[in-house]
Amino acid sequence: MKIINQSIRKLDGMDVATGKPLYTDDLVNANALVIKILRSPHAFAKIKSINIEKAEKLEGVECILTHKDVPNERFTMAGQSYPEPSPYDRLILDEYVRYVGDEVAIIAAIDEKTAIKAMKMIAVSYEVLEPVLNFEEAIGHTSIVHPEDNLQVNFDIGMKKEKNITATALIESGNVEKELGKSPVIVEETYYTQAQAHAMMETQRAFTYMDSNGRLTIVSSTQIPFHVRRIVARALQVPKSKIRVVKPKIGGGFGGKQTASVEVFPAIVTLKTGKPAKIIYDRKESLNCTTSRHAMRITVKIGADHEGNIQAIDMKGLSDTGAYGEHASTVFSVAGYKTLPLYNSAKAVRFSGNVVYTNKMPAGALRGYGVTQGIFALESAANQLADKLNMDPTELRAKNIIKEGETNPISGTLDSCTLDRCIEKGKQLIGWQEKYPRKIISDTKVRSVGMAITMQGSGIAAIDVANVTIKLNDDGLYSLLIGATEMGMGCDTVLTQMAAEILETTMDKFVVPGVDTDSSPYDTGSYASSTTYVTGNATIKAAEDLKLKLLKKASEMLGISLEKLDFQGDTIKVLNHEEKVVSLSQIAEYVSAGEGKQEQLMGTGTFGGDKSPPPFIAGFAEVEVDKETGKIDLIDYVAVIDCGTVINPKLARIQAEGGLVQGIGMAMYEDVIYNQRGQMMTNTFMQYKIPCRKDINKITVDFESSYEPSGPFGAKSIGEVVINTPPPAIAHAVYNAVGVHVRSLPITPEKVLKGIWKFQ
Amino acid sequence: MKIQVIVNHKKIQMEVAYDEFLVDVLRRYGFNSVKRGCDTGNCGLCTIWIEGKPTLSCSTLAVRVNNKNLTTIEGIGEEAKDFAAFMVAEGAEQCGFCSPGFVMTVLAMKRELKNPTEEDIIHYLTGNLCRCTGYVGQLRAVKTYMGVA
Repeated sequence: MKIINQSIRKLDGMDVATGKPLYTDDLVNANALVIKILRSPHAFAKIKSINIEKAEKLEGVECILTHKDVPNERFTMAGQSYPEPSPYDRLILDEYVRYVGDEVAIIAAIDEKTAIKAMKMIAVSYEVLEPVLNFEEAIGHTSIVHPEDNLQVNFDIGMKKEKNITATALIESGNVEKELGKSPVIVEETYYTQAQAHAMMETQRAFTYMDSNGRLTIVSSTQIPFHVRRIVARALQVPKSKIRVVKPKIGGGFGGKQTASVEVFPAIVTLKTGKPAKIIYDRKESLNCTTSRHAMRITVKIGADHEGNIQAIDMKGLSDTGAYGEHASTVFSVAGYKTLPLYNSAKAVRFSGNVVYTNKMPAGALRGYGVTQGIFALESAANQLADKLNMDPTELRAKNIIKEGETNPISGTLDSCTLDRCIEKGKQLIGWQEKYPRKIISDTKVRSVGMAITMQGSGIAAIDVANVTIKLNDDGLYSLLIGATEMGMGCDTVLTQMAAEILETTMDKFVVPGVDTDSSPYDTGSYASSTTYVTGNATIKAAEDLKLKLLKKASEMLGISLEKLDFQGDTIKVLNHEEKVVSLSQIAEYVSAGEGKQEQLMGTGTFGGDKSPPPFIAGFAEVEVDKETGKIDLIDYVAVIDCGTVINPKLARIQAEGGLVQGIGMAMYEDVIYNQRGQMMTNTFMQYKIPCRKDINKITVDFESSYEPSGPFGAKSIGEVVINTPPPAIAHAVYNAVGVHVRSLPITPEKVLKGIWKFQ
Repeated sequence: MKIQVIVNHKKIQMEVAYDEFLVDVLRRYGFNSVKRGCDTGNCGLCTIWIEGKPTLSCSTLAVRVNNKNLTTIEGIGEEAKDFAAFMVAEGAEQCGFCSPGFVMTVLAMKRELKNPTEEDIIHYLTGNLCRCTGYVGQLRAVKTYMGVA
């Protein structure tokens, strides 16, 4: 391996680091109409009337659209393969508004000031309805969030909309009641996780224009160009073939751009007016009017014998999808699917429960996609079980976790897993033996450690698909054409590494353009930890296909049979006749001109796997807790990762560090608060606190590589798994310090102090 | 109204509204490196130099910079590249959306602080948020660039 497992710099690194104008809003036509959205001030209401007469007459206003102007066909903004498991429960604008911030009218004007002025001139009369604000009271509430009769589901997800149930889940293996009944040691607790925000630095945005073929072009900061095309086509009731989606550089996504939150608004304006239009969400809209993580309540019941052998695990969940059901059923079931396989010692496991509609901002995809929620509950309960058994929690894991070659009833056999070694290495790195469970530092301060383990997936088995094309250009360089979306994580670079490895050449021989649905090969998009594994496998096939074609062409040019040729990257030589050689640029010239030999040399590869091999992490937190104030200082966080072969160690490390800090934010700082009227109070960075530089001390990342036989060069994913361990590991450390179980995120000083006071 | 400014060593007359913030004016005049990340002065993405001092252009009214000397990352290309190379070597640029503001703060810090400690560096840079990297990779890059052990 020359290029795989090397810390190669990101191809676009210098350009994005020095501020080149490559992002959506840097590329907008200066004449584009500016779009603003009039939003609902009520959590739940029916629009009785909208008067736009005065606003429309304002000079500079191009058009104002209300629910009367949009197709009456419901759709989902969730970026998933068709047929989507998310319900079609939205209209572009609806006569019902279902949360504070829901869209009421679209205003397009020559500039922002005019649009805002016009917005204030629109008079709306509402019939205010009783909102469903507490998700634990949603089922059977007197208000029905979706009373409409044209809501559709593509297949049965257990929806009972008259009861506000969006979806139900049941994953079960063995007889849970029987095994729990036989278990002498039982832990049963309930946990709450909050609706974390993505808080990507570049908010959601898009612009649209009609191209020279009369087709609608959408330039969007999106993780899902091909899904966006299909979603907008349905929402606007125009053929998919009339839409083109282009993805430039993206300023972070984290799942927030796996939902098409904004594209329909400029799209409908451009279709109606024929003019270019743009929408740029401000931070308030990004935090308040897009999607977030699904808030959940999960009750875990674990049964074990006295020796600490886990017999059964029962998880009962309730998930809050807010006003619309983006990713509702899938995020919820993943909270069981990708957590329960960790403990394959259990004879019976079950995950069940409901996803409910409420009158709050919709939830959607966010890094971790349900595993983060499930792991906080399951790992917190496992730590409590160890405590109850008087057993070191790492020993409890060693006894019960799944190991390489073993099977679990939920997802089958594991071909690669070093979780046991991850735990051992993590213990050494954090200094577990010396520090567990606590050390008294002073009269008021205690230091302690805590831990948790996790898994995730690598793409969505049997659903995700990636196609890759590698084209030999007339200059002898390659174009690597992908439909996966680089959003900062480095997939363009990692995939080029794979192609360069196969084609035995260097990174500088490749260009990777942005995604364009007209010219890029189809790819479901960058989500579900899929690019390295799914698109990576397709890249390898494409490179091998092209390599064979290059060899065949060289064979034709040299008049030598294929098996006597030696592919050496920039040249193809004849074995034992080193002087007989043809270079890549000679091949490029040969096929570009003359004598009827012209041919576009391209390699293609397709991959859609039947499995989703899980990466694993063991996470360890060291904290110092102030017993007088409840303040928690995170001293060190250690994560040891099994992502299979590490394709690019530095990019993998940065992914891990960034994901851990996002998980630390969820664990300690990021609180979402609604007032009694259903208004989100945490919709700016003043109130919604993401970690800043001073909140982060030491982060230690290490790898214990397994080899995944189905993965590209043995690789698995890393994108999402990294976010999962901090909430349970930090909660565990806090318990070990002061004996307080915080079972509701985030773990704030107030909650810790209240817990301490209970003892006194 | 009209204001006269020097942006990256060039005199420019700008037409600005009385209530317009500098970040929006700069973008309107093509200085697209300057990004807006929030509306509350929290994120630091819009950081530029006014008379050499790092300043949030989202919290500065454009009329206040009349006759002032402004610098964006476009104006200090080589110096920016020198530091950016350290970031890229760590992979710590990731999505890059916060980079222009971050780089402007780092370069201002290099001029302002002599022999800073790690704590001084973190304090100086704390107003620049990043959601991708988790900060520690950026800190490695800054320390190497600044020659701080």
